[in-house]
Amino acid sequence: MKELSLHILDIAENSLAAGASLVEISLTEEAGALTVTVRDNGRGIPPDILPAVADPFTTTRTTRPVGLGLPFWKMAAEQTGGRFSIESAVGVGTCVTAVFVSGHIDTPPIGDMPGTLVTLVQGHPRVDFLYTHRAGGVDFTLDTRTLRDTLEDVPLDSPDVLAWLSDFLRENLRI
Amino acid sequence: MKTLAELNAIRDRARAQMGALRDGGENNTRLVVGMATCGIAAGARPVLAACLEEVQRRGLSNRVTVTQTGCIGVCRLEPIVEVFVPGEEKVTYVNMTPEKVSQVVAEHIVNGRVKMEYTIGANQ
Repeated sequence: MKELSLHILDIAENSLAAGASLVEISLTEEAGALTVTVRDNGRGIPPDILPAVADPFTTTRTTRPVGLGLPFWKMAAEQTGGRFSIESAVGVGTCVTAVFVSGHIDTPPIGDMPGTLVTLVQGHPRVDFLYTHRAGGVDFTLDTRTLRDTLEDVPLDSPDVLAWLSDFLRENLRI
Repeated sequence: MKTLAELNAIRDRARAQMGALRDGGENNTRLVVGMATCGIAAGARPVLAACLEEVQRRGLSNRVTVTQTGCIGVCRLEPIVEVFVPGEEKVTYVNMTPEKVSQVVAEHIVNGRVKMEYTIGANQ
């Protein structure tokens, strides 16, 4: 995958498959490192499976016995001299952290984060997403719970709402 | 500049359209985009965005629903878009791009003619 935002979309899909009602995604650029965390309140990963989740031959998919999402993510971070970790507790949730060394030639560009967020909201309009991006001392936050308060009974995946969200993110999330 | 305040107006407009959506939702044509690791890596995100944009641009939102699914099982042919028209057989489009999405929406959804050259049958 050529963009961090594509990996993030892929990793967040795991949280959604785990039945999360809240997915928190944060990007922090500071002190020569870019740290990406995806935290959810889904069903969690049993301790006997957890050590093997970054193994390509561990997967929950049913179409074939290979799953490359987490292995790709781990490799992407580690090949920049960064690190990867995953913590999980059954019934509590999972947190995946990847640290990239800023400016390393193998660190992918962040890419189209607005595209990733719109895709997540469109596919999972009943789930809440909290996105935080901190760079150069400036914070940007998108919390779908705030949007929901304004929208009341109108779903987040209404075409007009998605179009607004896309424009809003593209204008306000300058990376 | 887009602001949160604009959402109030969008809510009222969307609410006015919601009645129509609820009535027709069951019989809608569905566009389903594979959004697993294989799909994402192959370019499914811009394909999904193109589906949403094309449906809205052509004013089809009340009769066409765009949804996402996991791995469809033929990863080498991703991005894949499945089209379900009520009462007709499912059509699977493979190796999709945003440009092909525009053509599929125009030909298949609007004009009712399957875009044969993009289907899985023509690409096996």
